[in-house]
Amino acid sequence: MTKKLMKGSEAIGEAAVQAGCKLFFGYPITPQNEIPEYMSMRLPQIGGTFVQAESEVAASNMIYGAAGTGERVMTSSSSPGISLMSEAISYLAGSELPVVIVNIVRAGPGLGGILPSQGDYFQATKASGHGDFRVLVLAPWSIQEAADLVRDAFDLADYYRNPVMILGDGLIGQMMEPVEFYEGRTPIKELEPKIWATTGCDGSRPTNVVNSLFLDPEELELHNIHLKGKYDRMVADEIRVAIYGTDEDYDVLIVAYGTVARVCSTAMEELREEGIKVALIRPISLFPFPYKAIREAAMKAGSVLVVELSTGQMIEDVQLALARSRPVHFHNRLGGMLVSPDEVVAKVKAMLGGQSEEVHHG
Amino acid sequence: MAETVFARPESLADVSTHYCPGCTHGAIHRLVAEVLDELGVRERTVGIAPVGCSVLAYNYFNVDFQEAAHGRAPAVATGVKRARPDLVVFSYQGDGDLASIGMAEIIHCANRGEKITVVFVNNAIYGMTGGQMAPTTMPGQVATTCQLGRDVDSAGHPIRIAEMMATLRTPAFVARATVHNPLVSVHAKEMLRRAFTYQVEGTCFSLVEVLSTCPTNWGIPPVEAMGWLEKNMLPYYPVGVFKTPEGGSREPKPLVD
Repeated sequence: MTKKLMKGSEAIGEAAVQAGCKLFFGYPITPQNEIPEYMSMRLPQIGGTFVQAESEVAASNMIYGAAGTGERVMTSSSSPGISLMSEAISYLAGSELPVVIVNIVRAGPGLGGILPSQGDYFQATKASGHGDFRVLVLAPWSIQEAADLVRDAFDLADYYRNPVMILGDGLIGQMMEPVEFYEGRTPIKELEPKIWATTGCDGSRPTNVVNSLFLDPEELELHNIHLKGKYDRMVADEIRVAIYGTDEDYDVLIVAYGTVARVCSTAMEELREEGIKVALIRPISLFPFPYKAIREAAMKAGSVLVVELSTGQMIEDVQLALARSRPVHFHNRLGGMLVSPDEVVAKVKAMLGGQSEEVHHG
Repeated sequence: MAETVFARPESLADVSTHYCPGCTHGAIHRLVAEVLDELGVRERTVGIAPVGCSVLAYNYFNVDFQEAAHGRAPAVATGVKRARPDLVVFSYQGDGDLASIGMAEIIHCANRGEKITVVFVNNAIYGMTGGQMAPTTMPGQVATTCQLGRDVDSAGHPIRIAEMMATLRTPAFVARATVHNPLVSVHAKEMLRRAFTYQVEGTCFSLVEVLSTCPTNWGIPPVEAMGWLEKNMLPYYPVGVFKTPEGGSREPKPLVD
C-alpha cells in the first residue's frame, strides 16, 4: 500500500479502524479533538458507532460496557480528561477488559496548558487509577510508529485482557507525516475467542459477569496474584526499546522517549559530526520499562543524560536501572516548552566538560 | 399431576439474597425477572449492576451481567447497547447511585434516547453504607448524616427523578411505581413490562422508579416500614406514568400575563 500524508490524530484513528475498532466513545479536549472528529466521520462508514459522551467519566465507562461485549473499542483524551478516566481505567483493569486509550498529553498540573508535555509519565506507568494494577503503555515518536502501535495495542489489549495506553503529545497529534497502513496484517498475538464476554446467556454456559468486586479477601488476593502474573508476563514479553548509535563507541548515552527522543536523535547526529561520541536509547514501552536494555547500554558509556518534558519522572526509572553505577544528568523543559537539539548538544558538551552536575534521587 | 402455579422465574438465579428482612429489593428483582421471562428475552439480556445494596444483583439474576462503578451504570449500559443493539440491556440502580453520583450519566443517557431500561429503586436512603442521607431522603427524615432530620434549607428538597426525567424532549417511557403491598406490585410489574417492551420494540429509553423500603436504616420494623412508605413517600412521590414516547414533546409554553 502506498504512503499517505496524514495528521497524527487521523492516522491514530485510521489505524484503530484497520485494527477492527468498531466503537469510539470520547469527549472533546484539546489537543486531541481530531481523533474523535475523525472517528465520528469514519466509524459510520464501516458500520461502527461513535458516541460523544457527556464527560470523560462517561466515555471511559462506555468503553467498559462495549469492551465487555467483546467488541474492539477505543477512547482518546488529554491529561485532565485522563484523570477523569482514571476511575474507569482501574475498573477496566480489575474487570480485565481490553480497551485502547490514547493520551495526547498536555502540560499541567490542573488545567495547565495545551502544549506538549511528558508530565503524565508517572500517571501512565505507575498510577493510572486506584488499586494495584498496571496499564501497558506505548510511546510513539513518529506518525508511522503511532499507527503501528495503535494496531498492536488492540492485539495486546485482547491478549492480556488489559487496557493499553498510547502515550503521545501534541506533536504526535498535530504533525503530518507519510503513513503506510498494512492491510491484512495478522495479529501479533494468538488471540483466544472472548468466551468471557456478556453477550446474553442461552444456558449453554454459566452466566458471564464482568466484575471487579471481590468481597472475600482470599478471593481478592487470588485475583491480585492473577493480575500480577499478567504484568509479569508483560515484563517478560512486551518490552520494546530502540537503540541508536551503538555501532560505534560512545561516551554519553542519552535516554529519551516519544517526540523528545526525536529531538535527541538530531542532537546526536550533530554531536557525532563534531566527533563527540553519543548514543541514544529510546523506551517505546514505558510499562514494561526496558531497565535491562538501558543498564546494558549505559555500561558502555561514561555517563547518562535523561531528557524529558517533565520535572523528572522517567529519570527515576533510569536511576533504578543504573543503581548509581553511572552518573545521571538531566535536561528538561516544562509548561509546553520544547527541548531543542541545540540545548541537548550544549548539555552533552557541558557534561563532558565537567560543567554539568549529576542528579541523585533517593 | 400437580400443576405448578408458582415457581421461581428462570431469569432469577436459584440462590438466597443478602437483602435485609422487609427490604423490597427481592420483590423488585422478582418482578423484573418475571417480565424478562414473559417477554422471552432472558437469553439476550445483559444487566448492569450498581454500587449500593444491589451491588451483588449479578448473583441474583440468571442473565449475563456487568458490574459498574458507582453511578456509571447508564454509561456502561450505553456501551453495551451501542456495541450490541440486539441485546436487551437494563441497569438496576439505587437512589444514591442514580440520583446523586450518577446524575450526569442518567440524564444524558436518557437524553440520547439510549434504548435501554433503567430500574431505579428509591428507598430514600443510602442502604449499603449504613443509612446516610440520599438526594431522595424525605424532609425531616433522620439519617446518619442528618441526625436531626433532613433540613431542606441546607440539604435541599428530595429530588423527584421521574418528574425530572419527564421534562426531557427526547421520547421516553418514564413511570413511578411502588411495591409496598401486593396490589400495587401488580401495577409495578405492568410498568416494568411496558418499559422493557418499549426497549424490545426498539422504541425508546425507559425508566421505572420503584419506591422501596429500608427497615434496617429507617429504623422501623418491616411491616411498619410499608406503612411509612405509604404515608410519607407516596404523597411526595406519586405513582403513575410521567412520559410516554407517544406523548410528544413538551414545547416551551409562552409566558402570559
